[in-house]
Amino acid sequence: MPEMIKLNIDGIDVEVKKGTSVLEAARKINIDIPTLCFLKEINAAGDCRMCIVEIEGRRGLVPSCNTKVEEGMIVRTNTEQINNYRRVILDLILSSHNRDCLTCVRNGNCELQELTKKFGITNIEFEGTKVNNTIDEISPSIVRDASKCIMCKRCVAACKNVQNIGAIDVAFRGFESRISTTNDESLNNVNCTFCGQCIEACPVGALKEKDDTTKVWKKIRDKETFVVVQIAPAVRVALGEEFEMPIGTNVTGKMITALKMIGFDKIFDTNTAADITIMEEANELIERINNKETLPMITSCSPGWIKYIEMNYPELLNHLSSCKSPHEMFGALLKTYYAEKEQLDPKKMFVVSVMPCVAKKFERQRNEMKNNEFDNVDAVITTRELARMIKQANIEFTTLEDSSFDSPIGEATGAGAIFGTTGGVMEAALRTAYEKLTGKELEKIEFEDVRGKNGIKKATIQIGDSYINVAVAHGLGNAKEILEEIKAKKADYQFVEIMACPGGCIMGGGQPIVNSKKRLDNDVRQLRANALYDIDEKSKIRKSHQNPYVIKMYEEYLDCPGSHKAHELLHTHYEKKTKYNI
Amino acid sequence: MECKCNCNSNMKDEKMEQILQKYDADKNNLIQILNEVQEAYGYIPKNAQLEISEYLKMPMAEIYGVITFYARFILKPKGKYNIAVCLGTACYVKGSEKILDRVKQRLGIDVGETTKDGKFSIESTRCIGACGLAPVFTVNGEVYGKATIELVDKVIDEYMNKD
Amino acid sequence: MKTLEEIRKIREEKIKELDIRVNSSENVKEKHILVCHGTGCTSSKSPKIIENFRKILEEKNIENVRVIQTGCFGLCSKGPIVIIRPEDVFYAMVTPEDCEEIINTHIIEGKIVERLLCKDTNNTTVKKLDELNFYKKQKRIALKNCGVIDPENIDEYIAFDGYKALEKVLLEMSPDEVIKEVTSSGLRGRGGAGFLTGKKWEFAKIAEGKQKYVVCNADEGDPGAFMDRSILEGDPHCVLEAMMIAGYSIGANKGYIYVRAEYPIAVQRFQKAIDQAKEYGILGKNIFGTDFEFDLEVRLGAGAFVCGEETALLESIEGKSGRPRLKPPFPANSGLWQKPTLINNVETYANITKIILNGADWYSNIGTETSKGTKVFALGGNVVNVGLVEVPMGTTLREIVFDIGGGIPNGRKFKAAQTGGPSGGCIPEEHLDTHIDYESLAQIGSMMGSGGLIVMDDSKCMVNLAKFYLGFTVDESCGKCTPCRIGTKRMLEILERITEGKGQEEDIEKLEILADTIKKTSVCGLGQTAPNPVLSTLKYFKDEYLAHIENKACSTKECKALTKMQIDSEICKKCGLCVRNCPVGAIVGSREEGFKIDTEKCIKCGLCASKCNFKAIK
Ligand SMILES: Cc1cc2nc3c(=O)[nH]c(=O)nc-3n(C[C@H](O)[C@H](O)[C@H](O)COP(=O)(O)O)c2cc1C
Ligand code: SF4
Ligand code: SF4
Ligand code: SF4
Ligand code: SF4
Ligand code: SF4
Ligand code: SF4
Ligand code: SF4
Ligand code: SF4
Ligand code: FES
Ligand code: FES
Ligand code: FES
Repeated sequence: MPEMIKLNIDGIDVEVKKGTSVLEAARKINIDIPTLCFLKEINAAGDCRMCIVEIEGRRGLVPSCNTKVEEGMIVRTNTEQINNYRRVILDLILSSHNRDCLTCVRNGNCELQELTKKFGITNIEFEGTKVNNTIDEISPSIVRDASKCIMCKRCVAACKNVQNIGAIDVAFRGFESRISTTNDESLNNVNCTFCGQCIEACPVGALKEKDDTTKVWKKIRDKETFVVVQIAPAVRVALGEEFEMPIGTNVTGKMITALKMIGFDKIFDTNTAADITIMEEANELIERINNKETLPMITSCSPGWIKYIEMNYPELLNHLSSCKSPHEMFGALLKTYYAEKEQLDPKKMFVVSVMPCVAKKFERQRNEMKNNEFDNVDAVITTRELARMIKQANIEFTTLEDSSFDSPIGEATGAGAIFGTTGGVMEAALRTAYEKLTGKELEKIEFEDVRGKNGIKKATIQIGDSYINVAVAHGLGNAKEILEEIKAKKADYQFVEIMACPGGCIMGGGQPIVNSKKRLDNDVRQLRANALYDIDEKSKIRKSHQNPYVIKMYEEYLDCPGSHKAHELLHTHYEKKTKYNI
Repeated sequence: MECKCNCNSNMKDEKMEQILQKYDADKNNLIQILNEVQEAYGYIPKNAQLEISEYLKMPMAEIYGVITFYARFILKPKGKYNIAVCLGTACYVKGSEKILDRVKQRLGIDVGETTKDGKFSIESTRCIGACGLAPVFTVNGEVYGKATIELVDKVIDEYMNKD
Repeated sequence: MKTLEEIRKIREEKIKELDIRVNSSENVKEKHILVCHGTGCTSSKSPKIIENFRKILEEKNIENVRVIQTGCFGLCSKGPIVIIRPEDVFYAMVTPEDCEEIINTHIIEGKIVERLLCKDTNNTTVKKLDELNFYKKQKRIALKNCGVIDPENIDEYIAFDGYKALEKVLLEMSPDEVIKEVTSSGLRGRGGAGFLTGKKWEFAKIAEGKQKYVVCNADEGDPGAFMDRSILEGDPHCVLEAMMIAGYSIGANKGYIYVRAEYPIAVQRFQKAIDQAKEYGILGKNIFGTDFEFDLEVRLGAGAFVCGEETALLESIEGKSGRPRLKPPFPANSGLWQKPTLINNVETYANITKIILNGADWYSNIGTETSKGTKVFALGGNVVNVGLVEVPMGTTLREIVFDIGGGIPNGRKFKAAQTGGPSGGCIPEEHLDTHIDYESLAQIGSMMGSGGLIVMDDSKCMVNLAKFYLGFTVDESCGKCTPCRIGTKRMLEILERITEGKGQEEDIEKLEILADTIKKTSVCGLGQTAPNPVLSTLKYFKDEYLAHIENKACSTKECKALTKMQIDSEICKKCGLCVRNCPVGAIVGSREEGFKIDTEKCIKCGLCASKCNFKAIK
């Protein structure tokens, strides 16, 4: 039993676990103290001062986000004085803010806008000079707009503390303070991995994805172009949030209907490609084990992670699986196998990936992701951009009927679905590797040890007479730990899964942004992950190598995993990248 | 694939190497290292930042953050003659604003800027401890006390005529 | 390495030789020429004076005369200062060229160089330093050795009871006894807040943790203050010794002194002191044969006022940007690298050895009920004697400004004094009789601060002054918290508006709302005190604000935008000098018709006025 603490907030007694913040204690009794810089598990620096409260016996006002409860504490959150101060502070923030809400990507989902509304501010009292207004839109993934930044530093906390990257930090001081890369370079030229975790952390419109919807609309409207769309597993369990549906709602069917209405020519499931990835990856693993090649083999389906290892641990690149990420594999197959089969001119095909990810925007334009001069994928849009397109198409999403993915390569397995959460690739690969290695059927197909929220998960799996050691890391901070272990030769793993985003793709940088308040009340990662596990559980086929379409594709075109053709289309290699092009 | 590139080890500049040698590769030493770099180069060159970043294994953005936080660290070299006008309270009360204005006027640049020919730069400082001589300005550290507009003119003329 | 015996011996021997520094015994053969090597005098070429003296002495083969560099004597505005001992003759504003004459006349002929003597405020010529009114009301405890010893010579420090307090503490007192002594002396922190020093030591002692640290705050960011710097430059060992005593008391074996890099002489002297102490085995292991060990390092600041705030200072020692931490936890429990850490100011430490040697009672007898001992001030601005003064707590402002400071120069009137620097407030004439102590100053809307004391005459515009201070805090705010980051900027903008004649009626209320919010909601002391200069000037000089806002007028003409430069044709001699001096060509006319200022073009630089020999331009 955790130790419990009793305190009184605004006259109401409340009992909470020791270590709880006053802010969270207040939420327990339905008191919603305004915050801006606080983000659960990421930032509680106490900087913005919106959440100040009065605590009897304490000198001055204290930030409730950063103050732990103490026995017998008497807290007041709602005095006239405090509210006046909060209003002035909010006014000050607004006074130096570029307040063009109407044309702001976060209009309607902005913590600053929400507070402004809540405080009924209709007039800025303390107008004055504004902070700097540089915009960095050079990178293929992320746009940074300093004029919207409120210096909450949540992005820095996500990038530096959680991801252990530090591409951005607080520079200068006083009114001139700003979030900056080194020497105010574009994110494109520095050690940024494009994981997009900073975007997810940002309460306002200062960070956003590079919008590619216009490009996609244009192609859809162009009758000459055959526009194929594929959707990553994590998208379907988060898209609903953009339409006010509960976190963790699976909206696969509605999503497909909407995509049809938007006008895509074909709608496929990236999960199918995930099954192919598993075939290739499992095969590669088995070969590496048999041929005593470099181990552990590390997964390569997360482009944020790939950029990370290329920049930071080039000496370990030979540990990476040579597999492309699923959507790139799919793209390659669509423009070859599928094009041949359907007699389409690959020149006139346009492959769009809907991804939970902004790093994939970067990945898609890499030289390594080309076959026969064609980009494997032509555009990547995020979950958020898809939601925008649905709205632009005047679709009333929540009441749509369900539809199914297009055949012939539409069907996917449960294994493909769980790709979207941490441990999923590992679990899917183990299901296949086990049966390939032993030739026996796997009875218990859930590998609980690699599920869950721990940053690093380790397990030893018995396969026939031998054992293999595996590890799963999500979030680049955790990835770093594993890499250091491998570098120091202290690791005896054979297989490692790494995802750049904490929680995996369900928490990717392209997913719907959950504001601080909702994050406090919900375990977003768990809810979204549950939805994926649910899809897996309900799937008829739950192992990649049993996917009939995949089997057929190998029979008709690829021959077998690891074949020459497969290597040409589905594999690639990576090289050292300099962190700073300055 | 092993990286065979050794560009970084070739590029290291000797002065930097000497400075870094003195310190453990510990983030705690960042400010001390920067102070030495500032001393040695007169500013913090980008390359030095890169080397410090590699040596201390810390992101460049963090180093940039520290450099831009502290007034002493600058990113561009100052002019050959750096004129620093004290804007400490004692000097201010004795009219140092006028002194600064005159220096700005004469050189046609603002505080923190360097003349096009790289000869002069202007800086404002806080109390340099010579309040007894207020108002005070310095040129490359040499102190001129009880400053007047005439003195400013005289000193600037002198330096204008120097190389 | 020196044993305790050897150090005691140095003390005994050396004091005989140095007795002439404090006693005027006429029949010693040696003479000491003391030359101030403080920052003020160094700036006016005292190193050159030392060099010249030495050269001339050598050339003339004069023996038994030693030239000694000392720390600041205090009366910096009369610097460079030279004192000749044992006769204790005091020469002011000496130039390197004067050295020859001093040697010839004073040293060789034995006559005083009258022209280099100092005129006191009442116009009498003074021969000895302590005959000056400037020194009469002073009491030097923290500055005891400043101007007496050569700060770079550890033996001289030892001679004047140096390291005797450490010896006493290590050999005769338990840590608790030391803390008790410090507590009952009533000494309060001189860094600004005035926290009881003994209490702070006690907190650090009882804090749990094997590794603890002692830190000395020598950041001294107050613009216009140089007390701490002068102590470090004039008597570095006394701070070093006190830090060791603190280390012994709280159970720390490692200390850091954080000095601004802009204080090169202080840094170099303190480093030298550390080196010498190590050489003598005073710093290191088994100090004085006990099992106490202590190590000390200098850390340089890099130009950020906020790093004087104790938690920002800790961040900075750790190599980061100096953004304050939230308190609690306090440094005593979680400081450097989260270890218990004691932080005190330079001047606070400078009192410790004296308290240990003379006893808590001796100390607590000096000063007022709540504020014991003395306080060092850096007296500056529109006052005759600018320099360092150390007075017992309870001395009135009037005494400092008029008796010690010699009043206001140029026949002008006193208008206000500012204590506490950018965190403090302006004190008007009506409060000149306030006794200086922590509480009284706070009561009248100012604060003790670290000891900057700036006097302003009636030519100073108080709105402009508030703007100056706020400009400083805006520049120096770390930017961590919203109210300070944006709020102070907005206050500054309003003040700029007012001084430019664009003030609006509601601006005063806006200033007040902002000031209140910033004070109450900012993270650290910088923000919490930043509005003080505005609030205190608003309190005592509201008329001036109103005149600026309502009448668009600045009576002192300091606010450029509110003044018009004009040539008084009655006085103007049509010489044309002003025309040549105007940088923007705003003066039009001819020698025949006379000159006029084109107010559109004029940038109000005041140059023409200062150049006009007939004072025709106003
Ligand atoms: C903005 C700010 C600047 C400060 N600057 C200094 C300083 O320059 N020197 C100093 O000793 N204390 C300074 N202080 C006070 C320190 O935080 C701290 O209270 C002091 O060093 C404690 O030492 P004391 O107890 O001996 O006074 C400053 C505080 C603030 C809020
Ligand atoms: S960030 Fe928020 S408040 Fe700012 S413009 Fe965008 S929606 Fe409006
Ligand atoms: S909310 Fe107001 S400003 Fe915005 S669109 Fe509607 S009417 Fe216009
Ligand atoms: S995308 Fe990731 S690595 Fe890049 S700045 Fe944002 S959090 Fe940091
Ligand atoms: S970019 Fe966004 S998250 Fe980062 S500090 Fe600015 S407002 Fe906060
Ligand atoms: S974990 Fe998923 S969302 Fe995050 S970078 Fe990798 S692929 Fe993109
Ligand atoms: S009050 Fe000012 S200096 Fe202090 S933490 Fe806040 S922004 Fe920084
Ligand atoms: S310098 Fe003075 S006297 Fe000469 S023309 Fe100008 S105003 Fe007249
Ligand atoms: S004040 Fe300056 S600008 Fe104006 S007339 Fe005089 S010299 Fe010219
Ligand atoms: S200070 Fe608590 S939310 Fe910002
Ligand atoms: S204020 Fe200028 S030297 Fe002190
Ligand atoms: S510096 Fe020489 S008297 Fe102060």
